[in-house]
Amino acid sequence: MSRPGTFGWFAQHEARLAWRDWLSLMTGGHRRRARSVALGFIAFALFVHGLAYLMLASATNLRGPADTHVLVIITGTLALAGSLMLSQAMESVTRAFYARGDLELILTSPVASSRLFAVRIAAMVVTILFMALVLGAPFINVLAWRGGAHWLGAYAVAVALAMDAVAVAVVLTVALFRAIGPRRTRGISQIVAAVIGATFVIGMQFAAILSFGTMPKMAVLQMAALVKRAPDSDSLIWWPARAVLGEKMALATLLGLSIAVLAAVIRLFAPRFGPLALATAGLSHVATRRIRHRSRFHTATPMQALRRKEWTLLLRDPWLMSQTLMQLLYLLPPAFLLWRSFYAGDGTSALVVPILIVAAGQLGGGLAWLAVSGEDAPDLIASAPVSQARVLWAKAEAVLGGIAVIFAPFGLALAIAAPFAAFVACVGVAIAAGSATAIQYWFRTQARRSLFRRRQTSSRVATYAEALSSIGWAGTGALAATGTWLAVVPGVIVLAMVAGAWMISPARSPSPI
Amino acid sequence: MTQDAPLALDIRGLAKRFERPAVDGLDLSVPVGEFYTLLGPNGAGKTTTLRMVTGLLKPDRGSISIYGIDALADPIGAKRITAWVSDEPMIYEKLTPLEYLDFVAGLWSVDGNLAASRARDLLALLGLTPHAQERCEGLSRGMRQKVALAGALVHEPKLIILDEPFTGLDAGSARMVKQALRARVHAGGCVIMTTHILDVAERMADRIGVMAEGKLIADGTLDELRRQAGSGHASLEDTFLALVAQDAAAA
Repeated sequence: MSRPGTFGWFAQHEARLAWRDWLSLMTGGHRRRARSVALGFIAFALFVHGLAYLMLASATNLRGPADTHVLVIITGTLALAGSLMLSQAMESVTRAFYARGDLELILTSPVASSRLFAVRIAAMVVTILFMALVLGAPFINVLAWRGGAHWLGAYAVAVALAMDAVAVAVVLTVALFRAIGPRRTRGISQIVAAVIGATFVIGMQFAAILSFGTMPKMAVLQMAALVKRAPDSDSLIWWPARAVLGEKMALATLLGLSIAVLAAVIRLFAPRFGPLALATAGLSHVATRRIRHRSRFHTATPMQALRRKEWTLLLRDPWLMSQTLMQLLYLLPPAFLLWRSFYAGDGTSALVVPILIVAAGQLGGGLAWLAVSGEDAPDLIASAPVSQARVLWAKAEAVLGGIAVIFAPFGLALAIAAPFAAFVACVGVAIAAGSATAIQYWFRTQARRSLFRRRQTSSRVATYAEALSSIGWAGTGALAATGTWLAVVPGVIVLAMVAGAWMISPARSPSPI
Repeated sequence: MTQDAPLALDIRGLAKRFERPAVDGLDLSVPVGEFYTLLGPNGAGKTTTLRMVTGLLKPDRGSISIYGIDALADPIGAKRITAWVSDEPMIYEKLTPLEYLDFVAGLWSVDGNLAASRARDLLALLGLTPHAQERCEGLSRGMRQKVALAGALVHEPKLIILDEPFTGLDAGSARMVKQALRARVHAGGCVIMTTHILDVAERMADRIGVMAEGKLIADGTLDELRRQAGSGHASLEDTFLALVAQDAAAA
């Protein structure tokens, strides 16, 4: 055990908290599930390794010297991974500023709080690295198995990328704090994080649509024109890719630079974390903005009042808005495809149908959680003279009404280009959102709205059922849009899966009320 | 309590069990126009009882009648004339106090103009007018508690049930709340409250019930409780502790 107040002691403290937090996240607080989670991880690892093997089956030249073609693909993949890691890092840094937890205890104690914050910044590197390797490690392992041990250099590059991502995220978030103040930083930084995470993926999809008329993004990296225009293979820009390939000089330089950058950021910013975090603590005590246009509830029926309340609360919470509506960023490429298809008249607009359905399912699930489980005044609602069924129906209407408003423009645009596909999309959107809402209702648990990002922990079954139903309905919609009766098959399977979720849900148990 | 007085609340044989019995065959009657305070040590079953009365928990057995309405057979009818305020003010952070009261009025189907007028009066009474159009997220705990209390009063319930309503209130705010509750009793309503602040119970309650181990072990005016405890002219605190000790010894 390290001496109290030292870096090692704080590191042990943080590691213990992180481990318990992660365990709770995975098991939903049920220790008995730990064995199932471990088995699930093994199955997942085997599955992803198999997937990586299949995806890399056609890859050649894994052992030979790297040509520009390979360097472009590796660099593109690193840019994608880096943007996602930066996005995650910004979220982590923002959370560190705004989480109250033990902050006041630490800051009022006689130890140097900068040590704790240095450890927390380092812990973010570990967390982000872990999250990246969950998906990345199987690909590295398969590459090393098929192409040789030099591919293991990719692990060191992942470490360097994680350090760079956290360093940049700390600088960006502190800059936001200085520029727009603590009140707005939380929402804005999360939006920036989501945009950074989505930009590269969406950008590649746009490029793929422009080049090939469809959306598989990795194809962009294999474009002959891109390879032709790429710098010479001895350019510095390829050093990260060369580091992945195990070139010692590139690897040592990349790692050395990343360590130096992170160390500088920790030295510069760790002592400032305390005052910045304290600035967020005062937020609840400052006078809040006055409402000029107040919502009116009393002219409505209880059902209307409930619907309006849900919409008002969501519209007034920029953080929740950003969390729920960020998924819509991914609708930009299909919207672009739709627009392009409309002018080209090539019939590819039907490709949009499954994307709209899956987005509606995911968005519906999030909104339904907020309305059903994230009720901040459950006693008030339960003690009101309105039956539980009517309350839940009003909340479902609020969710589905929101979905209708968001997806109506897409439906209308699609109706002009492909009326039958539009009909299928509208039905699919309604069914997917309705299924997700029903699943959230069956597996409802009372929670604060601020726990929105951790809603999956309350029920793994609900999370998987919601995701599978969205994907299943999207598949059904994709087949239906082509006019084949085969769409009935996945439709029946998804229906059975949703029914199965209801059968095992706590909703079938007697209500305490 | 006079035998003929109409009852605001009549509980018979109420029971609820969690890991162990929380409420165990409780009988309790509170007449109209009375300020009733329920006391008891932690875990005595007070909050569980009141949550069952307000429809937030389903009893295992027993009956609950609110102003003659069977609360288990007609929960909506009973809720229409009842209000509940918990010790932890549960309000919407993104609504203003005025909007919150408006929303509560909407749930209880109160006429719009009447609700607006009552909301203004209640906010003024509780000293919240300057904050009427600020979001609740910026209010202190005491102010939130007052907003929750205003929400309970805006639909003019006949029966108000409060669980530790003075937690977090400053002296001035506590006085305002007491006056508002007393005014409701004078207007013919009924207030039932739990509290651990025995001075408040001693000064405000017409009648006091003492619960322990899920049962009502004493019930009456302060003088009646003193006689039952054999504590002469002792304070309510001494009387309460004596009654709980007697019950523990008897068990």
